[in-house]
Amino acid sequence: MTQPRRLPQGGRIDRSRELAFSFNGRPLQGYAGDTLAAALLANDVRLVARSFKYHRPRGIVGAGAEEPNALLQLGGGGHTLPHQRATQVELYAGLEAVSVNGWPSLEFDLMAINSRLAGLLPAGFYYKTFMWPQRFWGRYEHQIRRAAGLGRAPMEADPDRYDKTHVHCDVLIAGGGPAGLAAALAAGRSGARVILADEQAEFGGGLLGSREQLDGRPATDWVKAAVAELRGLPEVRMLPRSTVFGYYDHNLLTIAERVTDHLPPGISAGPRQRLWRVRAGRVVIAAGAIERPLVFGNNDRPGVMQASAVSTYLNRYAVAPGRAAAVFTNNDSAYRSALDLLDAGVEVAAVVDVRLRVDGELPARVRAAGIAVHSGYALVDVQGGKRVEGARLMALDSDGRGFSSAYPVGLRCDLIAMSGGWSPAVHLHSQSGGKPRFDETLAAFVPGTSCQAEVSVGAARGCFDLSGCLQEGFEAGAAAARAQGFEARPGAPMPAAVIIAQAPMMPMWRVPSWRGVKGPKQFVDFQNDTSAADIALAAREGYRSVEHVKRYTALGFGTDQGKLGNINGMAILAETLGQDIPSTGTTTFRPPYTPVSIGTLVGRTVGDLFDPLRKTAIHEWHVEHGAEFENVGQWKRPWYYPRQGESLDQAVYRECLAARRTVGVMDASTLGKIDVRGPDAAEFLNRVYTNGWTKLGVGRCRYGLMLGEDGMVMDDGVTARLADDHYYMTTTTGGAAHVMGWLERWLQTEWPDLKVYLTSVTDQWATVAVVGPQSRGVLAALCQDIDFAAEAFPFMAFREGTVAGVAARVFRISFSGELSYEINVPADYGRHVWEAVMAAGAAFDITPYGTESMHVLRAEKGFIIVGQDTDGSVTPDDLGMSWILAKNKDYLGRRSLLRPDSVRTDRKQMVGLKTLQPGFVLPEGAQLVDDPDAAKPVPMLGHVTSSYHSPCLGRSIALALIRNGRQRHGDVVYAPLSDGRIVRAEICDPVFYDPEGARQNV
Amino acid sequence: MLQIDCPWCGPRDETEFSYGGEAHIVRPSDPDATSDEAWADYLFMRTNPRGRHAEQWCHAHGCRRWFNVVRDTVSYRIEAVYRIGGQGPGGSHDPA
Ligand SMILES: [Zn+2]
Repeated sequence: MTQPRRLPQGGRIDRSRELAFSFNGRPLQGYAGDTLAAALLANDVRLVARSFKYHRPRGIVGAGAEEPNALLQLGGGGHTLPHQRATQVELYAGLEAVSVNGWPSLEFDLMAINSRLAGLLPAGFYYKTFMWPQRFWGRYEHQIRRAAGLGRAPMEADPDRYDKTHVHCDVLIAGGGPAGLAAALAAGRSGARVILADEQAEFGGGLLGSREQLDGRPATDWVKAAVAELRGLPEVRMLPRSTVFGYYDHNLLTIAERVTDHLPPGISAGPRQRLWRVRAGRVVIAAGAIERPLVFGNNDRPGVMQASAVSTYLNRYAVAPGRAAAVFTNNDSAYRSALDLLDAGVEVAAVVDVRLRVDGELPARVRAAGIAVHSGYALVDVQGGKRVEGARLMALDSDGRGFSSAYPVGLRCDLIAMSGGWSPAVHLHSQSGGKPRFDETLAAFVPGTSCQAEVSVGAARGCFDLSGCLQEGFEAGAAAARAQGFEARPGAPMPAAVIIAQAPMMPMWRVPSWRGVKGPKQFVDFQNDTSAADIALAAREGYRSVEHVKRYTALGFGTDQGKLGNINGMAILAETLGQDIPSTGTTTFRPPYTPVSIGTLVGRTVGDLFDPLRKTAIHEWHVEHGAEFENVGQWKRPWYYPRQGESLDQAVYRECLAARRTVGVMDASTLGKIDVRGPDAAEFLNRVYTNGWTKLGVGRCRYGLMLGEDGMVMDDGVTARLADDHYYMTTTTGGAAHVMGWLERWLQTEWPDLKVYLTSVTDQWATVAVVGPQSRGVLAALCQDIDFAAEAFPFMAFREGTVAGVAARVFRISFSGELSYEINVPADYGRHVWEAVMAAGAAFDITPYGTESMHVLRAEKGFIIVGQDTDGSVTPDDLGMSWILAKNKDYLGRRSLLRPDSVRTDRKQMVGLKTLQPGFVLPEGAQLVDDPDAAKPVPMLGHVTSSYHSPCLGRSIALALIRNGRQRHGDVVYAPLSDGRIVRAEICDPVFYDPEGARQNV
Repeated sequence: MLQIDCPWCGPRDETEFSYGGEAHIVRPSDPDATSDEAWADYLFMRTNPRGRHAEQWCHAHGCRRWFNVVRDTVSYRIEAVYRIGGQGPGGSHDPA
């Protein structure tokens, strides 16, 4: 018979749509409208998991977000989801679910031996056993992870798409139960922009699983009408299947919407999930409450469930999770479940109530129905292994700390519906910065003072009668809208519920153990296998802070964040320490409320969309001509241009020699460019560069060094004076954005009196560097209105003219030591001018070169690259650049150059290095020492910052920062390499080629 | 994520802004007359209060203007936003 536990009628399922699914490979049937948990229970599947530590058999406990046991792996391939709560997974045709724990199988789990070895696995067992000796941890960890079974991460890329939406609203309502719906009606009717989010597929919250009446009709009728009205309000957005999982600063909340998770994989109906980031004017938290378990012996056996979950399965899914039930409670609400069971035709063996006096209205109805109520009793043990087969109860003494009877009495049942009271869902309130306070009457934490514009209503505030929930919700919704400037508008009044007075509950955090330490385990946190004895042990071992106890026992550290166990655990700790709960503390809840897929958080920011990619205007030419690229920040820069079969070294050799002997060309468009303009522009440059700018004539260029206020080299570049009040500054490629921000900050915050305007023009100009002895001939062929004669257009000058028909700024500057010109044209003409240069240069066999050759050419000249040869701890003097420090003015960083540390004579200084074996190229970053055989720790002299093979010198060259290096030219130092080799190198001047600078001045 | 009320653009998400640290740090007007200790204090030493903190922010992905914010470092509530050179609560202000 299929679905043996399905009731013949009732429920909100669609019996006309039967859905086939599988659990651990076994084919099963359910109905549309089922959760996976409901369908499993309908098929009388009790055993769904093995526990984390002891591998005890576990079954479904709850019916919602709090479920600690039924955490299943869904689907396969890249689509798979680990650790999904079966209670929140909507059933779909073809769903494949498997248990994540249990080896080799769920039914026969070899690791269950842990259960017999429980004495060897006490609280803190990780710390006590496996962390010592530490070198074995790597070996233990693998075994422990497999034993712990946390689900499988897919090996394939995620094939699904995820979206993000950013929205503002006036009122965000978290939770669509009675209080949330009432709040949405009040706020929505006023015209405010409202978002109502609920984690379930249907709105209605707890009403969907209850038999409550409103205005004499089923409450679900009112839910239907309320949802219909809300859908008709244009400013109300309804988000079902959407969990408000995070509450952040300034009323930013995040919602995970499961858009298509309830559909079989492969049905293309939009993104799988959507992350909503909502900036809400006001927040109404109507997140409900979570029913607490009771802590008694073997309370983890499959078939021990929350009483409210039992009612939900009966009423909403028409599933009877057992044939004969015992109800175990410390409050009145579980009596509803007894009545629900009875009316569904399930035998109720007894209600066991720890309270001595039980005289409320609901218990009276239960007694009237002929059910035995054992008041002043507690369940002390559950019989059965993979399913409940019975229970034992004992009479409590008057204070509930011990027993008045000597032996337990047996009770035949296969289902235990337990209720230890209710914990309001204070998670979002806590995340918002609120500190929940302990309410003695409810024996629960309730929201405390608000830190942000939020209010909790209904069960989330500790209100457990339906009329009260509706009223609170409605008033809070209206108040929130009013605070946002929307006046209440009339509408249907809230309906009335039948008020049933509830007698006070009696806290019972832990049922006394009837056999002392030999008694069965009493679980507090099912997901992490934390027992009451573990918490008591932690207290005995000296742990006092609840935060320490949590870490020691793993209480609340599962993916459920202790939704069921935390309050019981804290109360047990308080009892053990002999103090009250408020002084024992609360726990701080952090996002997410329930786990969120990484894909949902990432959205579309994957692959090519992970980070912007910047390409120069000439990029496609480089691609077409076979360039290899390197990433420089977000830029793609040509690295080298290999010809047929060439290696990097071979291509660089050819490119460097071309630039030195004939002519090369490089795309220098990525250099940062800043347009500096205004009557105080010269004064501004004086302040931000170390050298003077007042005397620089129009049409001339100058190299500048920029320091941080700490005196360390920050950036460098060439700046040209276009007019009296107009400069064109270049920066390093990587430093462009930082320099722009730095300059803007000084102008705005310290020197607002300076009349200077900065504009970033990096992307507006393409720069073509034509480099080498024949560069003049190439330029002359392309440009008729500039005189390129040496005396007419000297080194460090700039001219405006027309290059290849395009208005251009031509700078005669050099980063290679050769005669060279940098042609700047509007970016749209970049490729045109580049191609014109290639055509005009063909006669000279012009050779394009990339960043690698650029690095070699500049290193041969001892030119630094900021960020490679410097690291934020290098002064101009360290680089041998004191010549660029003006004496007669102040500039940023100048005072710091006079600090005692800056004037030390033994600072690391820039030098050249020549390996004694000329063919050997030192690795960059290699450490340098005087004596490789010195006792450890070997004193370090410094390190290699740049290192290459120099084609024109026919040997290796390197730049290095070495302590007191300028005084040590000629000394030999040692570079001990990671492979054990020790390389000798001689310290020399950092300028290896053309030290007189004759070649750029021709 | 904070929501910061840019004096020029209005309220925007924190991701549009960059943080500049403590506000109202005065650069010594005559660095040469400043002792090493006073210069180091200007360079490196910052307050780290529990509570009200005046700090600079820049609307980097918006108008690119720097401005001052008074923020409570415990609650993250922003108590005031004022322009460079403007007067903050309690008389805090930038050097003239
Ligand atoms: Zn702005």
